[in-house]
Amino acid sequence: MTALLDVRDLEAYYGPTRALKKVSFTLQEGGITALLGANGAGKTTTLRALCGMVRRNGQILYAGNPIDTLATEDIVRLRVAHVPEGRGTFTALSVEENLKIAAYTRRDRAGVAEDLERVFAYFPILKQRIAQQAGTLSGGEQQMLAISRALMLRPRLMLLDEPSFGLAPLIVQEIFRIMRVINTEQKVSMLLVEQNAALALDLASEAYVLETGSVVMSGAAKDIKSDERIRKSYLGY
Amino acid sequence: MEQFIQQVASGLASGAIYACVALALVMIFVSTDHLNFAQGEMAMFSAYLTWQFIQWGLNFWIALPVCMALSFAIGVVIERAILRPLHHQPVLSNVVVFIGLLAIFHSMAGAIWSHTIKAFESPFPKVQFAGSGYIGPHQIGMILVTVVMLLALGAFFRFTPLGLAMRAAAQNPVSARLAGVNVGWMLALGWGMAAAVGAVAGALVAPMVYLEPNMMASILLYGFAGALVGGISNPAGAVFGGFLVGVLENLVGFFGNALEKSTGFYIIGNGEKLTVALIIVITILTLKPSGLFGRVTVKRV
Repeated sequence: MTALLDVRDLEAYYGPTRALKKVSFTLQEGGITALLGANGAGKTTTLRALCGMVRRNGQILYAGNPIDTLATEDIVRLRVAHVPEGRGTFTALSVEENLKIAAYTRRDRAGVAEDLERVFAYFPILKQRIAQQAGTLSGGEQQMLAISRALMLRPRLMLLDEPSFGLAPLIVQEIFRIMRVINTEQKVSMLLVEQNAALALDLASEAYVLETGSVVMSGAAKDIKSDERIRKSYLGY
Repeated sequence: MEQFIQQVASGLASGAIYACVALALVMIFVSTDHLNFAQGEMAMFSAYLTWQFIQWGLNFWIALPVCMALSFAIGVVIERAILRPLHHQPVLSNVVVFIGLLAIFHSMAGAIWSHTIKAFESPFPKVQFAGSGYIGPHQIGMILVTVVMLLALGAFFRFTPLGLAMRAAAQNPVSARLAGVNVGWMLALGWGMAAAVGAVAGALVAPMVYLEPNMMASILLYGFAGALVGGISNPAGAVFGGFLVGVLENLVGFFGNALEKSTGFYIIGNGEKLTVALIIVITILTLKPSGLFGRVTVKRV
């Protein structure tokens, strides 16, 4: 089995400050890998570095090809969908326009229409809200919209940044259920950043624990979950 | 009453020009948060280009599109070459660049075509028609051309994928890049389109004010006022604001005259047009800082 994503010695910088120190990890095709850790550990920065949204160094192989010198919009064209921190909603555009712009890079009209139907099947509430200004959606609906925007790219890899953030437990459950469906039905690989470690470890098959910009622990999700020492010292539950 | 209609009609005509300038300002403002002070001089330069093509024997209706294309290219080049390196610099650096551009276009026009006033033939036929006592053919032409152009632009932004991409890039550049939109080029396109809209404004206003390097100075001010009144973040509002300022400006003179006739004293008149227009602008902005139609985004947190 080859890795879809193979990251070696990734470093990232905000101005002169180095926020990631030689982070390495892999993600198997079709798998779900979780990046865990406390605030400021470098989880979000890792996702941003993968997409070229911050200055970065190191090797990033995606499906065997280096992407560490590509611009964000070119990485997106390789069907890498980033669901950003804070959901990245186009607040003044309608829900429909939010979904349309997400398919901007695609030329296969039939495929786009198909994906739109699929998205509405996953999240029927969005179909009801289709003409509404996206900024008026609730937090949960905006998160659904963010995931839907990613799906409109027909992604091979999804980078999810705290999909549970600020949402009611029931809505979080629903969103994570659908993420699992997307992973199994459409074979989309996922790299998941979460504060809520218990939730992430249930969904993921592998996990890496970050602390102040470095990987301090990695392994199968179920092993990390059952290791009380790791849970207590790094994951805080 | 006849005079009143006449004043409103000619106010709409000059309002059409202010609307064009306002729209050009807004197009750059919504995507970059900057006001391009050089917009007026760029439009003036485009008007000279159009005039030059006409002198070389082209018909106005061929010269104008050619010149719009040329202005578009100039706008794109300015953004790519001069403003792109300044993307993350403080606002003041950009302001200095805009002032520099203003001076450059102004003196280039003077150097190439000299500062003497040139006549610019109206492209519209001088015909008599019902109601031509109220409004001249050039004024009607100006309003028509402006309205057609505004509708075309509106349709472009509303119904085409590229238009949607430009709106998305203006509103949330980070998310737009994550959707695969090349935000840098969208800004350049915005600059190009603003320059082309300005070219239309310049070519239409030149027959009314004559062609000279200072011709856009007060028009930029009115356009700016229109954009602010209508709401600098809202293209449709800016267009409305442009028309509103045009009409208001003319009505000041009209009511001033009426007042003088009834009281016998000169209180206000054509001389105070700009003053009163700006007082109205300040009043509206004091009461409603985002402009009449400025976007107050509804946000739930």
